Order: sequence, then structure tokens, then C-alpha cells
Amino acid sequence: MKNKFKKTISLAAIPVLALLVMTSAKAPSGGYKVGDNARDFSLKNIDGSTVSLSSFNKATKGAIVIFTCNHCPVAQAYQDRIIALNNKYQSQGYPVIAINSNDPEAVAADSYENMKIRAKEKGFNFPYLFDQTQEIATAYGATKTPHVFVLQKEGNAFNVKYIGAIDDNKDDETAVKHKYVETAVNELLAGKKVSQNFTKAIGCGIKWKTAAATN
Amino acid sequence: MKSVLKHFIYILIIFSSLSLSAQNVKLVKFDDVETFMNRQTDTTYVINFWATWCNPCVHELPNFGKLDSTYHNQKIKVLLVSLDFPKEFNTKLIPFVSKKKIQTEVWLLNDPDYNAWIDKVDPSWSGSIPATLVLNNKLKMKKFNEKELNLEELNALVKPFMSQNDHQ
Repeated sequence: MKNKFKKTISLAAIPVLALLVMTSAKAPSGGYKVGDNARDFSLKNIDGSTVSLSSFNKATKGAIVIFTCNHCPVAQAYQDRIIALNNKYQSQGYPVIAINSNDPEAVAADSYENMKIRAKEKGFNFPYLFDQTQEIATAYGATKTPHVFVLQKEGNAFNVKYIGAIDDNKDDETAVKHKYVETAVNELLAGKKVSQNFTKAIGCGIKWKTAAATN
Repeated sequence: MKSVLKHFIYILIIFSSLSLSAQNVKLVKFDDVETFMNRQTDTTYVINFWATWCNPCVHELPNFGKLDSTYHNQKIKVLLVSLDFPKEFNTKLIPFVSKKKIQTEVWLLNDPDYNAWIDKVDPSWSGSIPATLVLNNKLKMKKFNEKELNLEELNALVKPFMSQNDHQ
């Protein structure tokens, strides 16, 4: 009787274990809505320094926070446009702050060392931060790359004014009709309300750590 | 005479293997997908949104190929809608479809203003792929799932639509 019981338990364990192994990393639900105040962060930059939103000296009026990464072809397609956004808006008080929240165990190309290489290759002129614990992507509700959160400084707070895509054409920069982020920042600079504060886009899902990897 | 026959057989084999592996991947706009979604029939439509650049998408793709055999002789139609870069149609998508011997119908959706049509697929869709829509207009049933589906999960998603139909 005892042996039969043991056998049943060990047989039952197999599908349970299989299910645990098969379970992919779950994306957290929630995140910011337009109008929420974004929390501060202190993340490691590719030059070894720590950059925090609250003390970033270029973020005088706000910031263009972009969750992005190395490996995703959609993020790659937007690299030049992200550089252009910083070139245009950093001097106007809205610098780009790029954050990589992908788990390097899932995608080796998105490791901190590889971030340094990419930043150098492309000449990134903005912070490219490593969100190692994925806390910031979770707090913001970033789901894919690229995913933009335009923040406006209101006293000591950073208020979310736009969430979504950079523009309406990942395939062809010359065929873009709506530059969502530029329009939003221009409106904020002009003291206006953001007319289109939320858009949806296709990108690579953020690579969340699996339960086994987190401790 | 013998060698002519041999050559004829070789040519026949080559042509038949080519026709087995080839499929015409259509380049479409969202209007085409919408028309497909609105077909007023009693067929269950399974539409999977994917791309060759999306690893979880590529990982789950074979499961969709299995649906036809699982529901052999039942009214089901599977459509794989790719969001690959149109400029990589010939360099990435076609070779991928050919290499993986994908028999399921594949469309390349060249409609990059995603914000204009994502909600028409499902208002809850955040835009991340893979994403799967199952619908049956006769039964007025629709289910949307925005995640990588293993075979068990995909079957569980589709089964309620199929068990409603009479087996013919």
C-alpha cells in the first residue's frame, strides 16, 4: 500500500514539474496611466555611473523615458529616431533616458556589457540604463520594446503625459505620418495639453525573469 | 531510353517537392484581415499574430500547424498574420516559411499604423505579440489571448468553439 502511494505521488510529480518548467515568465499587470506621477529610479548607466530621474541635470522640464533594448529588431529600427529625439529635445529640457529591462539570461545580446558596445557603436548621446531587477519596467507597466513614457516635471514630481509608440511606422521612417512623441513634447513645451496621450504599437515583449531566476 | 526515364522521374520529384513546400504568402492591409474576421460563416477562425523576429512567436508556431489535423473534417481555418518588416518579405519571411515547411496560410500585414487597427482585433490588446484571436461569427463567439500558447493552451482555447459544431 505504501509503495503504491509513493509510486502515485512520484508519477503525479512529473506533470506538475513539467508544467512548472513549461510556464513562461509572466508579465506583471498594472503600471502607470497618463496623469500618474512616475517613481524615481537609480539605475546603472553604460559608463558605470548611476543615473537617477530626480537628479538628472538635463531633465529640467521633463524626460522622454524609453524602454528599449539591443536585440529587438523593432527597437533597432528606432535607434536612429531615438538619437534624433534626444538631439532635438535634450537642449529643450526633455532628454531621452533609455532603459533596458530585459533579462540577459533570456537574451544574451541584452547584457550590460553588450549595452555598452551598442551605445558606443551607435554613438548614443543619452543614458542607456540597466534595469537589472526589472523593478522599473514593472512600476511603469512597460510591456514591450520600444515603449515610451513622456514625463513632465511638476515641482518635484514627474507626471506621465504620454504613453505608447514613437511614431506610426516602424518600417519606413520616411513614411511616418504621426510623430506621436514629438507632437506630445512640442505640446508640453508650448504649455498645452497633450492631444494624443496614448497609442498602441507592436514591439518585442520585455523578457521577464522566470520564477526560477528570481530569488 | 532508361536514362530519359530516370531524368523524367528526377524532374517529377523535384517539381512535386517544390509544390509541396511552396505557399503564396499574401501581402495585405488591415482591411483584408477585417474582412476575414467578418466572414459570416459557421467556420471557426484562428488568427495568430506573429513575426520571425519574435522568438516566443516562432516557438509556438508549430502548434497552429497541428490544429488542422486535430480538427480534421471540422470547420476550422487557421491564419498566420505576420508583422515582419515588409522589406524583409523575400529575405526573411519567405525563407522562414519555406524552411519550416509551413502549410498554414500566412499573410504579411503591411499596415504599420498599428494604433489605427489594434483595437479592432481586440480592445484589450496591448500590441504585444504573439497574440491569438479565435472567433466564430455564426456562434457569436470570440476569444483573444495575448501570450505564447503551448499546445495544451491552444487546444483549450479552440475546443469550446469546435464542440458546438455538429460532426459531419
